[in-house]
Amino acid sequence: MTALRMVFYLLAILIVASTAMAITRKNLVHAVLYLVQSFFATAALFYLLGAPVLAALEIIIYAGAIMVLFLFIIMTLIGGYTGSRNHRQWIFPSLLGLASIVSAGVLLFSSPASETGLIAATASPASFGRYLFDKYWLPIEIVSLLLFVALVGALYLGTHKGKSVAQIEVEQ
Amino acid sequence: MWWIVGFVVLLIKVAVVLGVLFGFAAGMVLVERKLLGRLQIRYGPNRVGPFGLLQPVADGLKLLLKEDIVPKGADRIIFFFAPAVVALVPLLIAAVVPFSSDLKIGETRIPVLIADLNVGLLFFLAVASLSVYGVALGGWASNSKYSMLGSVRGAAQLISYELSLGLSLVPVVMLAGSFSLVDIVNAQAEYPFILVQPVSFLIFFISSMAESNRLPFDLPEAENELIGGFHTEYSGMRFALYFLGEYISMVVLGALVAVFFLGGWRGPVLPPLAWFLIKTMITPVFFIWTRATLPRVRYDQLMQLGWKILLPLCLVNIIATGGIALLVRS
Amino acid sequence: MNENESRLGRIMDGIGGIVDSYAVTLKHLFRKPITEQYPEQKKVLPERTRARIVLTRDPEGEERCVSCYLCEAVCPTDCISMEGAERGDGRRYALWFRINFARCIFCGLCEEACPTLAIQLTPDFEFSKYHVLDLVYEKEDLLIEGCGKNSEYNYYEHAGVAVGFDKGEHPGEAKPVDVKSNMP
Repeated sequence: MTALRMVFYLLAILIVASTAMAITRKNLVHAVLYLVQSFFATAALFYLLGAPVLAALEIIIYAGAIMVLFLFIIMTLIGGYTGSRNHRQWIFPSLLGLASIVSAGVLLFSSPASETGLIAATASPASFGRYLFDKYWLPIEIVSLLLFVALVGALYLGTHKGKSVAQIEVEQ
Repeated sequence: MWWIVGFVVLLIKVAVVLGVLFGFAAGMVLVERKLLGRLQIRYGPNRVGPFGLLQPVADGLKLLLKEDIVPKGADRIIFFFAPAVVALVPLLIAAVVPFSSDLKIGETRIPVLIADLNVGLLFFLAVASLSVYGVALGGWASNSKYSMLGSVRGAAQLISYELSLGLSLVPVVMLAGSFSLVDIVNAQAEYPFILVQPVSFLIFFISSMAESNRLPFDLPEAENELIGGFHTEYSGMRFALYFLGEYISMVVLGALVAVFFLGGWRGPVLPPLAWFLIKTMITPVFFIWTRATLPRVRYDQLMQLGWKILLPLCLVNIIATGGIALLVRS
Repeated sequence: MNENESRLGRIMDGIGGIVDSYAVTLKHLFRKPITEQYPEQKKVLPERTRARIVLTRDPEGEERCVSCYLCEAVCPTDCISMEGAERGDGRRYALWFRINFARCIFCGLCEEACPTLAIQLTPDFEFSKYHVLDLVYEKEDLLIEGCGKNSEYNYYEHAGVAVGFDKGEHPGEAKPVDVKSNMP
């Protein structure tokens, strides 16, 4: 077993374990923290597989922004604790999880590329960017359009049906 | 064999950077109190030692010896670790900052930084985005309403200004063509980037002021509304960690401003390290000057500045820089 | 167009305001601090500053205090206590007199209430102690040799109280007021 493999499996165990902790915690803030830990391990995994840009983005976007927003909402709205859980609500998520594990396994073992071992390699930020914006510029533009639509929607909701806060204050 | 030598050199570098940063943080406390005093026409601390020079020692001893109080109903584990996050973040960022030109011992050249990551700038943004956890969780775990309000404010503020902090660096990356901080310094061999990117510099400066919770943007701490905000319930060594984190991050942000906009260690006559130190101190001194000058902004003003002024300005600046770069190159 | 101009003007105003305030603080940096370095540089306090309380004597060297309890009654923090007694010649005095300076707020109401001008406040405020019980002053700590602010006032010359002599017979005492007459 090479060192690379050992680190890979350690990270994999860490990811699975912390994600499992995250979905079983009753205290929502603890759950968020376990999820952040899982994102960290994922970032390390990306770095290990030679994608430093992805690793950095994983932390900036997921750990640094989205989970903070989660935390913000939990802190402002709920205060951190949920009541007792209904056991029946586990059924559907576990079915979904099982289905995704099975399909991932089928995909993994049916593909001939799954036989190759881990190789240490790195994609430099420049080559990564060139690859992304040369080959996949259209999907990226579509995604950015989607985000733009979301932004406009949020702006519209934020201004109380098209009226600005100042206008509403004047009317009142 | 060479592997061990490299490891030892790395350890020495880490030790030196840590020692220097802690020393600077302690010094910054004194510099801040002295300078703030003079800016407000008073003396500042002048009782401990000659001219109050031993004040940091007295402060440190006081904080070390104070009782470590954990409030009732606090989430103990998170309460214990939150200050460490705040102190850890600037120390991690310091790992990618190039302090000087390469050190030459005979034939070998030793780069004077801990790690030259090819994604150094992204590493800085990634680590900096984590400091919000120290603020948000520290306040949440304290089980106090003031702390809670402080951490909610802190979370919102840090997310808002992280965006413009990151986007203001995009033009720098465009000019340097690399995320590596070493390459960014090398790209400023002819002229520092502040000359071609004054808007970027200004936005980065304001955002870093907000990121380090310094005065016009110190809403998460707000001594007179929130009794200290997220660190209301902290005492003794844990409070000292928050304090230390704030001052180290001031110094590290100064170093980053020097690297991104002022040409890093480059400069005539003086040795590179001296230039770097001078440029690093500009930002903290200006932060202190600002603290003596500007009052705290209101919360809605803070959000307006972040989202409605700085962020659009960042985007316009990126597009303008791209357009001009395209024109110049073609 | 006009609105744009005013907006630009407002922006320039805002920038000017910020730059001006930076200039002001920078100017302060080169000014001499206005701080008074207290224990080294002591400021001369006004004569009538109210601080540590003393008990004074009349010009003849007798204790002025007649133990009337008015100061004790008026004291908002209840820091004064005493026990009255009478001398052989009928003159009243305080058997013991105690002021707890840990509670005294130097309000000066006792001085105002005192009919004999015995209790007076002095400008001396620097008498902090390491132990709180050291701030309880007894009569011997409070009594001074001297008249304090009113050097010639002697209560018994104006009081109309018979001590040893009849009313109006004391040396230098004015005749008692005839309440039945309205003549001056």
